[in-house]
Amino acid sequence: MKSILTMALIPVIITSMLNFPDAGEIIEKVDKNMRAKTQIMESKMIIHGKRNEREVVSKSYSEGTSKSFTEYLSPEREKGTKMLKLDDKLWIYSPETDRTIQLSGHMLKQSVMGSDLSYEDMMENRKLTEMYDAKVIAEETIDGRKTWVLELNAKVVDVPYHKRKMWIDQERFVPLKEELYAKSGQLLKKTTLSNIKQIGNRWFPMKVNYKDMLNDGKGTDYILIDVKFDETIPEYIFSKASLKK
Amino acid sequence: MRIAFQLAYKNLMGAGLRTWLNAGVLSFAFVVMIFFNGLIDGWNQQASIDGVNWDYGNGHLLNNEYDPFDPFSIENGHGILPKDKQKDLSSVLIRAATIYPDGRMMSAQLKGIDANQTVVKIPTDLLLKSDAEIPAVIGERMANSAKLEVGDQVLVRWRDQNGTFDAANITIVGIFETNVPSVDGGQIWISIEKLWTMTGLENHVSYFIANDNYTSGNIEGWNFETQESFLAEQAKIINMKKTSGAIMYLVLLAIGLLAIFDTQVLSIFRRQKEIGTYIALGMTRFQVVRLFTAEGSMYSLFAAVLGSLYGIPLLWYFAVKGITFPISGDSVGIIMANTMYPIYGIGLVLGTILLVIISATIVSFLPARKIAKMDPVQALKGKIQ
Repeated sequence: MKSILTMALIPVIITSMLNFPDAGEIIEKVDKNMRAKTQIMESKMIIHGKRNEREVVSKSYSEGTSKSFTEYLSPEREKGTKMLKLDDKLWIYSPETDRTIQLSGHMLKQSVMGSDLSYEDMMENRKLTEMYDAKVIAEETIDGRKTWVLELNAKVVDVPYHKRKMWIDQERFVPLKEELYAKSGQLLKKTTLSNIKQIGNRWFPMKVNYKDMLNDGKGTDYILIDVKFDETIPEYIFSKASLKK
Repeated sequence: MRIAFQLAYKNLMGAGLRTWLNAGVLSFAFVVMIFFNGLIDGWNQQASIDGVNWDYGNGHLLNNEYDPFDPFSIENGHGILPKDKQKDLSSVLIRAATIYPDGRMMSAQLKGIDANQTVVKIPTDLLLKSDAEIPAVIGERMANSAKLEVGDQVLVRWRDQNGTFDAANITIVGIFETNVPSVDGGQIWISIEKLWTMTGLENHVSYFIANDNYTSGNIEGWNFETQESFLAEQAKIINMKKTSGAIMYLVLLAIGLLAIFDTQVLSIFRRQKEIGTYIALGMTRFQVVRLFTAEGSMYSLFAAVLGSLYGIPLLWYFAVKGITFPISGDSVGIIMANTMYPIYGIGLVLGTILLVIISATIVSFLPARKIAKMDPVQALKGKIQ
């Protein structure tokens, strides 16, 4: 009886799986929403510590995935600190020492301003489709919104996370949640994206929470104060000279 | 000369309390000097023994890219040494890791060591005996800072050879007690085979620990750091403490010598008639100078006797029972036992005695030189010159 039931269910399962859209198409739609030719963002990073909270306000300019420039506006201690990323190189200028240093190797694994984000996390600029084989594994609802659950398994060896899971809004094609896993299957980091707003013809999350799942605490909130897409950014912004300006 | 010493002895004994005050101050300087230098020597010897037993072995064969003083060199500071060149060597591979005891995040070094090694005292045999998935041994400092006990499991996150994150629980199967912070603080020791599997760095080694039979040769890509160079470096750091401590006992010695100097100046001033009488009786000026110098230097002999009366039992007590310090050498990475046992070498004791006698003789001679310029007639009359 059991085997007959199983046999009867298999075609149903296969049919339902066939109803899932192609994961590659979903990611492409997500990329269209999340990536722009240029982005100018003013943001607030709230780092939730065990005893206190810290707020770091910054303004960043980015062109594609290879060029970005960030200037920290507050608090007073971080004010004037600037970061320039060109391809796989990262420079930091500190006004206190009036020096520019290039971060490399082990230093890229350090946390950014004590947050749950590492410089390396910020440096990652390869497309997901270049690094992972993606497939839609389920359909779930998050905060009343229907999502596709995507499982991404590394197809190249040099990726920081062996497996990722993404929950993509089925209408807006914006990720609402992402989980990053170690090779052993241990959940390492979780990203929750919320306050999705329509900016021009794209949907964009205005709040992102990054959480190191192995660590106690509420993680780091990244809140967008202002965001502009596809505006012309002068070329000098992405030069080392702009760090000391 | 004999008469000079006999007279000096009688004069000093006649001076009574003044003599014993001078000798007392000087004897204190004596005892402190011997004690302090003995303590440093004892520390150095203990640190050398512990360093060899726990870390240095007969020296380290380091990968050229690995610098023990540069944590950033861990990532690329490893390589493969042909098996035929690994005779009398125990391998160690280091990888950076993060541990999460009770939800706290702590940086750590994951050290893979040949579990069959016997060259250092790290209890790697426990790694062989355990059935745990990833057994680990840690030092007491690490156990205290991470609040870990034997049997506890703790989550460790590391990266494999391609930089991909991996994480798993390790089981603490042993906690060892050592005075050597370089094998303890922030370190987790696991079997090197296990670490090779975890990271994919099969046969890669950061450094080898040599045993007593190892003979170093020129191996390309590897650099042999001898046991002597480790010990010399360590002795240099410890002996720096000797210099800073010298200030303390040199001040004490200076007070003692100043007291002798003052006494000598006063004696020459007040005992002019006596000086004149000596010369009138047929002593040469030089003999009188010698008498007064002998008097001054005899303080140091008295101090040596007085110092040995209370110093020997006191120093012996410290040498047997040791001295427990509330401070630790961990913060500066120096090997330092909680209880230190001073060592008083014959060279140290004789050297100290000689230093005090010579310096007491010099400070006694300086005011006594004035006698050579005295007019004996005026001196006999007791007129101030």
